[in-house]
Amino acid sequence: MSGEKQAALVVDNVSKRFGDAEESVLACDKVSFEVKPGEFVAVIGPSGCGKSTLFNIIGGLLGEYEGDVRVGDVRIDGPHPSIGMVFQEESTFPWRNVIDNVAFPLELRGMDKAQREEKARHFIDLVGLDGFEKRYPAQLSGGMKQRVSIARTLVSQPEILLMDEPFAALDEQTRLLLGDKITQIQQQLKQTTLLITHNLTEAVQLADRIVVMTYRPGRIKRIVNIDLPRPRTSDVVGSDAFGHYVAEIWNDLREEASRGMQDSEATARADRRRV
Amino acid sequence: MSSLIRQRWFPVTFGGLCFVAVGVIVEALLRLGILNRYILPFPSEVLAAMLRVIEEEDMIGRLGVSGLEMLASGLAVVLVGVPLGTLLYRVRVLRLAVEDWIAALAAAPIVLAFPLFLVIFGRGMGTVIALAFCFGLAPVVLKTTEGLVGTRQVLINVGKSLNMSSSQMFWKILFPAALPSIFTGIRLSWTFCLIAVIGVEFLVNIGGLGQLINDLAERYDMPATYAAITFVILVSVLFFILLERLEKWLQPAR
Repeated sequence: MSGEKQAALVVDNVSKRFGDAEESVLACDKVSFEVKPGEFVAVIGPSGCGKSTLFNIIGGLLGEYEGDVRVGDVRIDGPHPSIGMVFQEESTFPWRNVIDNVAFPLELRGMDKAQREEKARHFIDLVGLDGFEKRYPAQLSGGMKQRVSIARTLVSQPEILLMDEPFAALDEQTRLLLGDKITQIQQQLKQTTLLITHNLTEAVQLADRIVVMTYRPGRIKRIVNIDLPRPRTSDVVGSDAFGHYVAEIWNDLREEASRGMQDSEATARADRRRV
Repeated sequence: MSSLIRQRWFPVTFGGLCFVAVGVIVEALLRLGILNRYILPFPSEVLAAMLRVIEEEDMIGRLGVSGLEMLASGLAVVLVGVPLGTLLYRVRVLRLAVEDWIAALAAAPIVLAFPLFLVIFGRGMGTVIALAFCFGLAPVVLKTTEGLVGTRQVLINVGKSLNMSSSQMFWKILFPAALPSIFTGIRLSWTFCLIAVIGVEFLVNIGGLGQLINDLAERYDMPATYAAITFVILVSVLFFILLERLEKWLQPAR
């Protein structure tokens, strides 16, 4: 144990309940895992397993919860400069062009224009958007907008990159290609990354370890080590090993996803009866 | 045809030609006796009267008076309306309490309350500006609140994740996100102000272009009356084209 690197992020016994005592929902229950420096961890689970709750807790957007989320020795109970967040929804500022979007966090820190633009250009290049600096988000595709959001988060050079289904709104091909880009950036920057996703192939394509969650309340069902070679590209999707991991994790997820589906159907039926 | 429509000059030229065509048709209907020439003057006479009115009736000076009233009421509407709309956004209970009343204010015929304003502000520019301000205030307040309330949660979350102060959050995220809606409110408000300025001048017989239209109508100089009305319409069109340009310049992303 002493030879191992200290974890960059520790999620220790985290639980979160919404609602009052009479009608409450336990979104996640005693969730514990660690992310080591430079590691890429994915959290996967069906809809309703508390993934987004976990994302908000780790990102400091949900201050009140049980247990601990720690970065170093600091307990997270609000946004922390070491954690950079990329959201599921498209989150570029439509009134700012690409370079001004990416330089935004540096502008908040009071960095002078020339310096922040130079730094922003570096990260725009990194996400493959060089030449688009003066374009506005309305002139970009969905995948390009998400890359702007990723560059805007990376420009602050956060210790941990926290992403909530950043490619959820994109088509499968774009998703695979952006996966390549993320892998490339992660390896280049040795960026500690935590990805929240419901997409099985995306998780296996990108992660070193996958935390599989149960349906409500979200508990950890299993943590799977993904022993696929790095550097990794989307070519890995065609390999036997990839198929093996997808099948293995799907076996765990199928039962949870079915429970989630049955629960949604029961809720819909109850709502219809009430109407 | 579709390539013609894409040309920038085409819609403008087409609009101008439609305007001319309506004039020609009205002229023909009047000359054929289908329309009554004692109610509606010949468009050719209106055109001829335009120069006369500009020279003899000090149209430019009156335009200056109406323009000044419009500018004063328009600026007051923005300076009061945007902060008021922001206050309604910040204080939810206040918003729920007064939003419907403000919407009702937009629909109310405030211009008819001119005697009250005459008593308070006297028979002069003050009355016109105050009435135009009251008439034009509601849209900018409502659209400011709507724009701020409608800011996408994810943009606010980006701000939170970057640990922005509430002042940074307002000026860097909420306000720019609400700007398109605020501009819609300003455009509506200024339309209301323009209507109120000309309408009150006409009604109370004070000030600029509205008073001129009233004077000419009372003299039963129909071509000149219609020439003055046409002038007001053309000035309004020009004003809103400039406003649109300004909006595009201030919001290049749109």
